Amino acid sequence: MHRYANPARTLRIVSAVYPWTVGVTVLGLSIGLVLALMLSPADYQQGETVRIMYVHVPSAWLALFGYTVMAVSSAVALVWRHPVAELAARAAAPIGCGFTIVCLATGALWGRPMWGAWWVWDARLTSVLVLLFLYIGYMALADAFEDPERGGKAAGLLAIVGWVNVPIVKFSVDWWNTLHQPASISRLDAPAIHASMLWPLLTMTIGLFALFACLWMLRLRAELIERRNRVLEVAVAEGAA
Amino acid sequence: MRLRKRQRLMALGLGLLGLGTATVLVLNAFDDSLVFFHAPTDVMTTPPPPERRFRLGGLVEEGSVTRQADGVTVEFRVTDTVTSLPVRFTGVLPDLFREGQGVVAEGTMVAGVFMARDVLARHDENYMPKEVADALKAAGQFKPDPPALPRTRP
Repeated sequence: MHRYANPARTLRIVSAVYPWTVGVTVLGLSIGLVLALMLSPADYQQGETVRIMYVHVPSAWLALFGYTVMAVSSAVALVWRHPVAELAARAAAPIGCGFTIVCLATGALWGRPMWGAWWVWDARLTSVLVLLFLYIGYMALADAFEDPERGGKAAGLLAIVGWVNVPIVKFSVDWWNTLHQPASISRLDAPAIHASMLWPLLTMTIGLFALFACLWMLRLRAELIERRNRVLEVAVAEGAA
Repeated sequence: MRLRKRQRLMALGLGLLGLGTATVLVLNAFDDSLVFFHAPTDVMTTPPPPERRFRLGGLVEEGSVTRQADGVTVEFRVTDTVTSLPVRFTGVLPDLFREGQGVVAEGTMVAGVFMARDVLARHDENYMPKEVADALKAAGQFKPDPPALPRTRP
């Protein structure tokens, strides 16, 4: 792990991995969107509305995945004082937040025609809203201090503590009566979704996970360069004084 | 140095353990207010105070939907396969409202009938193309997982 504590080496790895993530994103999303929006069939109950699922479900997974990335990076940063891990957590926050917003927005657009409501305060929807606020809180706290290291530490603690919400989001539909339906894919039986709809969903998922990775690399590179510039500026100022 | 790292790891682990326990206890304590709706069995065993608005959820009982002469009032029964309760609703039902599917109604109990102000349809977790569903139905093989039943109080 400490091999990646060297920012210069991390920058080289990021630059090498980045083009691949762009390739998978373009490929996955172009195939996935054609499959999802044109070639996949309409649902026997929901009709064409089911196509919202192909964006909504991967976004929800990425909202949880992004938060987990943030929490794990923050834990590594706090325990091992790993300098790149803190930047990795900062870099993941706005991307995960974006996917959470996409998930909530597409969910509202889907809920109105199917359930008959844009929004209800059931356990699943409410816990995802809490997830959004945790993301926003993390970003606000991380930048609330003059010294970015103190901000990173405080926000990192928030990210780790807030992770308790992730299993709550995931299992809310099993623990309590909710309007939101239970899981179709991550369950013990075979997926409750026909293969002709499962493949478009999986392709979109690969594309969107690659998009997450690609944006994360870009933001991590920006964070690394910014941190280096700040160090250089301080060095120059001290040299001039 | 290595010792300090181990101490931080231990502190983090213990902190998370405490936090996890606290969360489980809190969620258990608030279990009753975290549910979005109550199953008919719960409403029968522990009836809510009269005039109290609450949500009743379950499946629309097969063959129970009847439309009144005025054309906008619908009566149906909501069931959790153990108990079923009659519901009356005046208004526009959501597209997904159908017999055998999940439903959540908000309203009050009046003389044994649930007077709904609002009716939401509950979708289940099954997805399949219409052609597949039709072919399975024609072959008598249409056995999607039944829509999830509401949880009742233990």
